[in-house]
Amino acid sequence: MTKVTLTVNGRKMSGECADRTLLSTFIRENLGLTGTHVGCDTTQCGVCVVHMDGKSVKSCTILAAQANGSEITTIEGLSKGDELHPVQAAFKEHHGLQCGFCTPGMVMAATDIIRRHGGNLDEKTVRAELEGNLCRCTGYHNIVKAVLAANAEMYGAKQAAE
Amino acid sequence: MGVEGIGARVTRKEDKRFLTGKGRYVDDMVVPGMKFAAFVRSPHAHAKIKSIDLSAAKDMPGVIDVLEGKAMQEDGIGNLICGWMIHSKDGSPMNMGAWRPLAYDTVRYVGDAVAIVVADSQAEARDAAEAVVVDYEPLPHVTEALTALQDGQPQIHPEAKNNLIYDWEIGDQAATEAALATAAHITEIEITNNRLSPNPMEPRAALGIYDTAEDHYTCYTTSQNPHAARLVMSAFYNVAPENKLRVIAPDVGGGFGSKIYIYPEEITCLWASRKTGVPVKWNSDRTEAFLTDAHGRDHVSQVKMAFDANNRITALKVETTANFGAYMSLFSSAVPTYLYATLLSGQYNIPAIHAEVKAVYTNTVPVDAYRGAGRPEATYLLERTVETAARELGMSPAELRRINFIREFPHQTPVIMNYDTGDYEASLNAAMEAADWNGFEARRAEAASRGKKRGIGMSCYIEACGIAPSAAVGSLGAGVGLWESAEVRVNAVGTVEILTGSHSHGQGHETTFAQLVSERLGMPISNVNIVHGDTDKVQMGMGTYGSRSGAVGMSAIVKALDKVEAKAKKLAAHLLEADESDIVIEDGQVKVAGTDKALQWFELTLAAYTAHNLPEGMEPGLKEGAFYDPSNFTFPAGCYICEVEVDPETGVTDIVQFVAADDFGNIINPMIVEGQVHGGIAQGIGQAMLEGVHYDPDTGQLITASYMDYAMPRADVLPSFEVSHQNTPCPGNPLGLKGCGEAGAIGSPPAFMNAVTDAIGNNNLTMPATPQKVWEAVNRI
Repeated sequence: MTKVTLTVNGRKMSGECADRTLLSTFIRENLGLTGTHVGCDTTQCGVCVVHMDGKSVKSCTILAAQANGSEITTIEGLSKGDELHPVQAAFKEHHGLQCGFCTPGMVMAATDIIRRHGGNLDEKTVRAELEGNLCRCTGYHNIVKAVLAANAEMYGAKQAAE
Repeated sequence: MGVEGIGARVTRKEDKRFLTGKGRYVDDMVVPGMKFAAFVRSPHAHAKIKSIDLSAAKDMPGVIDVLEGKAMQEDGIGNLICGWMIHSKDGSPMNMGAWRPLAYDTVRYVGDAVAIVVADSQAEARDAAEAVVVDYEPLPHVTEALTALQDGQPQIHPEAKNNLIYDWEIGDQAATEAALATAAHITEIEITNNRLSPNPMEPRAALGIYDTAEDHYTCYTTSQNPHAARLVMSAFYNVAPENKLRVIAPDVGGGFGSKIYIYPEEITCLWASRKTGVPVKWNSDRTEAFLTDAHGRDHVSQVKMAFDANNRITALKVETTANFGAYMSLFSSAVPTYLYATLLSGQYNIPAIHAEVKAVYTNTVPVDAYRGAGRPEATYLLERTVETAARELGMSPAELRRINFIREFPHQTPVIMNYDTGDYEASLNAAMEAADWNGFEARRAEAASRGKKRGIGMSCYIEACGIAPSAAVGSLGAGVGLWESAEVRVNAVGTVEILTGSHSHGQGHETTFAQLVSERLGMPISNVNIVHGDTDKVQMGMGTYGSRSGAVGMSAIVKALDKVEAKAKKLAAHLLEADESDIVIEDGQVKVAGTDKALQWFELTLAAYTAHNLPEGMEPGLKEGAFYDPSNFTFPAGCYICEVEVDPETGVTDIVQFVAADDFGNIINPMIVEGQVHGGIAQGIGQAMLEGVHYDPDTGQLITASYMDYAMPRADVLPSFEVSHQNTPCPGNPLGLKGCGEAGAIGSPPAFMNAVTDAIGNNNLTMPATPQKVWEAVNRI
C-alpha cells in the first residue's frame, strides 16, 4: 500500500491505495470525485483527462503514487463557485455535449489547448489537438465550435465561432 | 411559439451537471458493502467445457466468491431470449439455440462468459478471474456467415442445421423476376455492409443489489429501456417477480442500440448479489466492450436492379446473408427483416421488389440493432446500386433519382410500408444547392491541377421511425407492444413533473420534453422536471431507440397534457364562473378569453389540491397519465452530398464538404436536432471510412478489440457539416414529428462511398475505405 497526498481542486487530500492504483481510480474511488471518467484501457479516449501541475494528462495512464505531491484539477474544480468556466459555458451554449460521458475529459483537454495556444487557434488546430479525445455523440462539430468560442471569449480573439 | 416552447433553440437543462462532473452514471454508484465483479471469459471461439475448477480463485486475496453457470441454472435463472419471432419462407419458426448467461457446457465466441468473481476490489476480482481454471476442448469454428452456411462447417447450435437461423422472404418474386426478364438495363452489384462495434463512450456497467430482508432486487444498469429490462429479467430470466425487482438506468453515456439488450452481466450481478449477500458491481473495460457489446450490420447482399428504356426502375431483387454471431440477441431477428427489407423501396417508385434474407450463426459476438438498425443497410444497398446504375446508364445521379422519386402520398410500397408524406425533391434540391453541385466540375479540375482526385457523391435515404404500431409489429412477430407511456404530475404550487417511459442517454429529453410543457402550459422550462429511467417512479415504458422518443414518447405526453388541460379548464371555469370553452392557458395564467378575469396558474393548481371548491364530482389533484400507441411508422427522409479529395499517392481521403438536407417533420429544438444529425453523420462516415470489426478466420480471435486496432472517427478526420431542414409535418402524430436520431448514420455511408468511387473512377471498393484499400483501388491492384 502507498500513501498518496495530492492537492485536488485546491484542497489537500490523502489516501491509502495499492501500489498499482491508477490516478483515475484514486480520484474516483478514494476521493469520490466521479466526474473524471474511464472509457478505455489504452490511453486512447481521453475521458479521464485532468490537469496535473497545470498540464492536461490522461489520469488512466499515471499511477496515483507517481502523482504524489502534485496539484490536480478535475472537472469538479474547474469553475469557481456556481458560475461555469468559459469553456464549460461555451460547451453549453454551442451544444458541445450530448450524453456527457466524454465531456469532463473534453472540457479539461480543451481548457489546456486554449491555454497552450494563448488565443491563437483555428478549426484545423483545434481538430488536430483534440486527436486524443473521443466523442461518439456530437461528431465533434459543436465541440470544435465551442472550443473556438471559448478561446475567443477568453482571449478576445478575432476568429468567429462558426 | 414561446421563448422556450416548441421550435425554440434553447440550451439544455441537463448540461450543467455533465459539465461540472455531477452526472451520475452506473459506475459512479456506491452503496454500502459494495463489492466488485470480474467475468471469466472464453479465450476460444468455440469449445466444449470439460471442467471448471474454481478452487484456486476462491483462495485469492480479497475474493468473496466465485460462481459458475451450472449453479445459476440450478437456481432457475433462464436463458437469454430473442424477442421477435421470424418464420422462414417455408413457414417454419426460426431456429434458436440456447444462450446461457454463464456458459457451462459449450462456449461459442471469444468473450462468452463462463464464471463471475466477486472480490473487494476490481483489481482483486480480475486477478482471481485469471486463476479460474477452465478445461476447454477446442472445437472447429467459423466466423464468416457465407462460409458458415456451407456443408461441412462447424455446427454452432444443434437447433440450426448448417447454422441457418431462418431463410425469410418479402415481396413478389414472380413479378420481380418477370420485370428483370424484360428489363432494358439491369445493374448488378454485390454489397457488403461492414461489421461495426457501437462504442458508446460509457462502457456497459451493472450494479446488482439484493436485499435479504425484503427479498428485493435493485439493478442499476446502463440501459436504453429499463422497463423492458425489468420485464425480460422478470418474465423470462426468473430473476425476480416485477414487484421485487427495481431497475434504474441513471445517466447513461450513449447507447446507439447497444444498450437496448439485456446482457448476461446484469442478470449475473443480480444473481451473484443474492448468492454472496453483498451488492455486486461490474464495469466493462473497453476490450470487454468490443468482446461482448452487440455488434452491428455485417451483411453481404447480391443485388439486381431493373430499368425500362426510360430509365425508370421496374424491379429490385436482393439476396442478403446476415451474420448473427453466436447467439440471437434480443432484437436481432427483426433487424435484417422488418427493419431492413421493408425499406428497400427507398425514395423510389419501384413496382416490384423481392428480398430473401438468410440469418446465420457464426462464432462471433451476437449482432443486433446499431444506430439505424437495418435501415442503413437498406439505404447503403439501394444508394450504391442507384449510383452505379447512373454511371452505367450515363445519367446524372441526381436526374436518375429525380425521375424515379415517389411524388404522391400516401404511397404503398411493395414491401409493407405505407409512406405518409414527404418531399424528396425538396431535399435533393436543397442539398445540391448547398453543395454547389453545378460548380463541382470546376473544383474537380482545380484539384486535378494539384494532383488530387476530387469526387462527389449523393445519397437519398428514407427510414421508418416512430417504432411502432403495437398490433402491426405483433402481427409481424414482435413479443412486445411498442407504445409509450407518460404521466403529467402538476404539483400544488404549479410546477410540473413529467414521468416518461422514454430514456435519455444524450438525446436531451430533459429539455425538449420540458419545451412541450412550456408550449402547452405557458411556463418556463425551469418549472418542469423530467423523470425517467427508474421502474419505481415510472410505471412502464418501452424506452428509447429507433428515433421513437419524439414521435411516440412525446405523443404520450401530449395525450396526458390534453387530460390535464381539460381538467384545469373545467376547474377554472368553475372558479371564474365562465364557460369551459372560453378558458385559455397562457403566460402562466388561466384566463377567460376576452375578459380581464384570470387566475395565476399556481392559484388554480393550489385550488385543485386544497379541494375546497371543486366542481360537483371532480376528484382533487391534477395528475394524468396516458399510453400512446402510434398508428403508423414515421418516414424521415433526406439527401446527403459528400465531396472528397483523394491523394492518389497515399490513398488518403479528405472530406472537403458534407451537406445534409433532412425532412424530420416538425422540430422541437433545432439545436438538438442538428446535434443528432452531426453525430449520426460522424458514425456513418466512421463506418464508411474507418471502422470495421475483424475476426481472424484462422483463430476466431477478435483482432479489433481496442482503440489501438478499431479506428474510431476523431476530430481531425472529420469536417464541419452543413445541415438544413425541409420539413413536411408528419400527419400521424399530434406534434407532426418524424424523428432525427438515426438519419445521419443512415444517409452518410453511401454518400461518402459514392464520392470516393467517383473520385477514383473505380466502383470496386468496400467499406471501410481505408487509405490502403483506396490506394489499391486507385492503382487497380
